[in-house]
Amino acid sequence: MTAMDSLTPVLLTPVVTALLLLLVPGNLRVVLRAVAIVGSALTAWTAIGLFSRFHPGEAGLQFESMVPWVTVGPMKLAYHVGADGLNIGLILVTGLVGLAAVLVSWNIERHVKLFYVLLMLMISGAMGAFASLDLVLFYFFNELALVPTFIMIGVWGRGEDRNWAAFKITLYLTLGALTALVGLVALYVAAGADSLDVTVLQRHLAAHPLPVAAQVWIFPLVVFGFAVLVGLFPFHSWAPLGYAAAPTATAMMHAGILKKAGLYAILRVAVPLMPEGASRWLPLVAVLAIGNLLHCAWVALRQKDMNLLIGNSSLAHMGFAFLGIASLTVIGVTGTVLLMVAHALLAALSFALSGYLETQTGTLDMTRMGGLLRRMPFYGTALVMGFMAGCGLPGFANFAGEATILFGAWKALPLLVVIAAWSGLVIGAVAMLRALRAVLQGPERPEFARVADTGYWRRLPFVVLLAAMVLFGVAPGLLTTRIEPAARVVVAAHRASSPAAPAGSEAPAPAASAHSPGTPAQSRH
Amino acid sequence: MNYSLITLELLAALLGLVVLVADLWVSPTVRRSLGLGLAAALCCLLAFAIGSLAPQSGSAFSGMFVVDDLARYFKGFFLLAGLAVVLMASEFAPRLGAGLSEFFALTVFALVGMLFAASANDLGLLFVSLELVTVTFYVLNSFQRTRLASLEAGVKYLILGGVSSAFMVFGIALVFGMANSTNFNVLAAKQKELAGSAVFLVGLLLILVGLGFKIAAVPLQMWAPDVYQGSPAPATAFLAIGSKAAGFVLLIRLFVGALPQITAMWQHLFVAMAAATILYGSLCAIPQRNLKRLMGYSSIANAGYLLLGLVASSYTGTSAGPTAMLIYLGGYAFTVLAAFAVISALANHVEGDDIGGLSGLGQRSPLLAAGLTTAIVSLAGIPPMAGFFGKVLLIQGVLAAAPGHPELYALIAVAVFGVVLSLYYYFGVIRAIYWGGQSANLSTIPVALPTRILLGACVVGILVLGVFPQGLVKLADQAVAGLARPAATAAPVKAAH
Repeated sequence: MTAMDSLTPVLLTPVVTALLLLLVPGNLRVVLRAVAIVGSALTAWTAIGLFSRFHPGEAGLQFESMVPWVTVGPMKLAYHVGADGLNIGLILVTGLVGLAAVLVSWNIERHVKLFYVLLMLMISGAMGAFASLDLVLFYFFNELALVPTFIMIGVWGRGEDRNWAAFKITLYLTLGALTALVGLVALYVAAGADSLDVTVLQRHLAAHPLPVAAQVWIFPLVVFGFAVLVGLFPFHSWAPLGYAAAPTATAMMHAGILKKAGLYAILRVAVPLMPEGASRWLPLVAVLAIGNLLHCAWVALRQKDMNLLIGNSSLAHMGFAFLGIASLTVIGVTGTVLLMVAHALLAALSFALSGYLETQTGTLDMTRMGGLLRRMPFYGTALVMGFMAGCGLPGFANFAGEATILFGAWKALPLLVVIAAWSGLVIGAVAMLRALRAVLQGPERPEFARVADTGYWRRLPFVVLLAAMVLFGVAPGLLTTRIEPAARVVVAAHRASSPAAPAGSEAPAPAASAHSPGTPAQSRH
Repeated sequence: MNYSLITLELLAALLGLVVLVADLWVSPTVRRSLGLGLAAALCCLLAFAIGSLAPQSGSAFSGMFVVDDLARYFKGFFLLAGLAVVLMASEFAPRLGAGLSEFFALTVFALVGMLFAASANDLGLLFVSLELVTVTFYVLNSFQRTRLASLEAGVKYLILGGVSSAFMVFGIALVFGMANSTNFNVLAAKQKELAGSAVFLVGLLLILVGLGFKIAAVPLQMWAPDVYQGSPAPATAFLAIGSKAAGFVLLIRLFVGALPQITAMWQHLFVAMAAATILYGSLCAIPQRNLKRLMGYSSIANAGYLLLGLVASSYTGTSAGPTAMLIYLGGYAFTVLAAFAVISALANHVEGDDIGGLSGLGQRSPLLAAGLTTAIVSLAGIPPMAGFFGKVLLIQGVLAAAPGHPELYALIAVAVFGVVLSLYYYFGVIRAIYWGGQSANLSTIPVALPTRILLGACVVGILVLGVFPQGLVKLADQAVAGLARPAATAAPVKAAH
């Protein structure tokens, strides 16, 4: 296997870029920006190369490489990276969003060096988390982004609340990550394997399945721990607050990419390795997902601040992702991964757009805006496209993902699907369309007479993200052919252990409790 | 008898005497360079201790003094810490006032005590070495004679240290009375019959009190915050690292190495101690505004995390717990030394140790800011820093013992809660460094070359131990492997249930 066929270059490029940035004197801003742009562009290019060389339709790992890392007593940890359908798309969008995040950061003026170093650390952390097949390595990379997030919100963030937001996001993420870590270690201990390598655990557990009693208590630790990182209702309140206070690039990386690491870990570890735990606990997750879809979409509807709107509606979309996982069907899981990729692009695009708007208008209060489409035709078009994608308009990758999830979940969770389709799509659409009307249409405001459209080069990040969204929207097969074999593996263990469980046994429980979150929504207007 | 085994200790003691005498000939203007000379000498000692010339394994003085891999691990550890503290002290010198060479000499004498503690295999040597450490710290803590806080720290340490020593010596007397020996090997051989003797157990409990004072574990933690806050920063650093590690090496040698059956009987005691220590340290750290006091509470919390290793070993009897403790201590050393190197360097430029005084540090000295941030992140146990791996191993050790013992799940919940809380107070420091408050004074802080080197070495150490921990793991494994003695392995722990 040649070096080109490994994931290592795509992990190392941002780390090396960060180290190079440390060597550049802090006052040479142009050089710093150039190094960061070249480094992230190389990362993105490498990621695109990997995605295109990935052989679709094949189950199993590609671009695998493994080096022993630490051996403590009987426990062997390894630098084990590899790609399959679950993560190759996420690696691709991490490259793209990372590039876009660097490109939109032209308005950072203070501590430029520190900013780009931290951003590069975030990118490498996200890449590493998606690439890792060893659970400790995954945790290691996932936590790499924690300190950069905290410092970035504090130093370059906006608003009076940023102090509180920085602490809240850090504490929530740590609590979630530690809970999951305890779950992962408990999984290792209970499995009795000699490694925390996912492939080893999978093989070991196939031969000696975990006792149901152990699965039933370890699964929730892992899943709810990671779900906090994703923002599952009711553990979501850190997200909109944190994103509203974060600088644009941080919000793009976090809402777009890092949040997906939690979902990815659930799909990679929890569901395939603990099928009994999954069938016990996922119905509850499905009900909570409806909380995301209804509550967060409803909250989004009431927001005046554009970042809070985007943050809440992005949480609402996470409800679809959880629903797809809870369906435990090949189609549902495929749709979830597809949506994760699509939503990474959408969330990053939305925050990039709102960040640009703030640099022009000095505010994100949508009630004070209006008529901006005439002043900013390119920007306005990009915003319409982005928000339409958020409504689930066909032609964008998000539609493909959401529709697939609904198809996949229909058989297992019919009632929840009806609620999800009705609420997520309808309330979400109303929120998005109202925002578009408030910002772009209506009379022009005199105070925004000097607002300018994006310059030629500044369009690049928007174009990159939109192009990818449209590409995967028009040709979702590019992703689904890669995802599907891996999705089969995820649900295979579940199929084997309880063939009839999802459809029959789960429907009544969610049906009973799903009414209560539904009632406030019905009283709308 | 093999006197060559104590060569290292003798050389170190000699070095302390040389420093005292050299003071007579070194002019006060260049006295700071004495610190650099001493550091160079300690480097030579370190090279000797880890080189091939070092004493081979063996025991001397009727089994009182042993040299094994565990002792060697800690000797290297203490020498590294002493070296760093001497460098810190030479940066801190202007604030110590007169008697700088005495400060250096006392530091070396404390180091000698720790070196003996690493090899102590007898309650007598345990007591003497700990007293040597404690008595020198009475002076080191109150070294800033003109500062009331420093005097207060010294007096508090003196009184509470004296009380705990009294407990310990009483405990030793009781143990000797029942076992007719103070040697660990003899105690280990007799532990089965001694386990039934209440007097022996009370004696051992009193010894645990003395050791608990050293490591600042609840309920013997009261002194730590005041003493940490009042003492001169280099002395605090040595207290936080050297003195604590000396307590832990003796705990490991006595309770894991010699008396595993008694340890297994006291499972619940250790669980309660660890949980209370973590909770006390973490909860009380939250409102702190003084950086050194915060470090005091953080050191209590860290003693609690380290005790998780003892808990794990008390349940399973395996070496996983002590190995994790050694790995954690290795990372903790670099972390605490980096933090105190920054505090020492700041002391000449910022009045008081208030966290607020850190504001603007990101601009005033990016090096100090980065060093302190690295240390804080490592203390919080976040990768890619050294603190991460040790914490994972400690938690894993407890989880491995947990099936069937609900109290251990509660202990893990407490540990997780403690880590989350710790993030709150640690990250408050990071906030102060980068964006907390408006600092009137934005002048650059000059950092002397030795401190730069020390800080750089600590940061590199933190990162290397965080990313490539294999080397440290190997050393720790080796050190703990020699601990299991035939008597202990022959009688498995399950007998204690």
